Amino acid sequence: MEKEEKVPLKKILLICSKANLEDVYAALVMANGAVMEGIETKIFFTFFGLDAITKKTMNKLHTATTGNPGMRMPGGLPFPTLLGGLPGIEAGVSAMMRKQMEELDIPPVDEFLELITAGGGQIYACKLAMDMFKLSKEDLSDEVEAVITVGELYEMCDGAGTQIVFT
Amino acid sequence: MDKLIAGVNVSVNEEGYLTDSSQWTKEIAAAIAAEEGVELTDKHYELIEFVRNKVANGETLTIRGIGKSGVVNAKEFYGLFPGAPLKKATKISGVPKPTSCI
Repeated sequence: MEKEEKVPLKKILLICSKANLEDVYAALVMANGAVMEGIETKIFFTFFGLDAITKKTMNKLHTATTGNPGMRMPGGLPFPTLLGGLPGIEAGVSAMMRKQMEELDIPPVDEFLELITAGGGQIYACKLAMDMFKLSKEDLSDEVEAVITVGELYEMCDGAGTQIVFT
Repeated sequence: MDKLIAGVNVSVNEEGYLTDSSQWTKEIAAAIAAEEGVELTDKHYELIEFVRNKVANGETLTIRGIGKSGVVNAKEFYGLFPGAPLKKATKISGVPKPTSCI
């Protein structure tokens, strides 16, 4: 039998297309973890994911309190969808989640981006989504390397040991 | 298992991390650093001291925490221990491999 050679992960590209707190943090934690391991890391933010790199919105991300079956009341009781729709509930729950993350030393989004770029990770924004949402480079965090097209994105993904993950 | 580092027999785990932090010396640090391709400077030793104190106090090590240590910022930390800084810094500091994801 032929011996399979083990190719270590050398480069990872994470794609984040959602603005939910948990989706953005999943991408950021995985990206930061890769940077910490010395893996070449890039994150591509597209569609609603752009909220995570837009100065105005990046530190005010919400988690969905309606249509989210994972949502629980403190203590573990089910979280009624009707309650989740009341004004202020989503903001309150999201603020509580951010507070709990801070306690675990998980940084706010702006600082997390800085940590990732400090280790050599690169942040990119999707050109098409930028046009759609009428955003310009100035609206984005200074940590954003460039606004690029999908073609340019794939060009960066050359080489053995490269993986693309859509979060 | 035991390993001869800088002329001293110390106990290490299979990844080469010291299992008894009290066996650590500056000479051992320099020898492990050399294996990792790092040449230790005063700044490295300053950071090693910070890392050892943190661990001795039972605190969790994160890159964010080290970036706020006042010794180095996150970028400088990556510069001091290129590649996987937290893993390398703890190994050289003679403390266990960190279990933190951030």
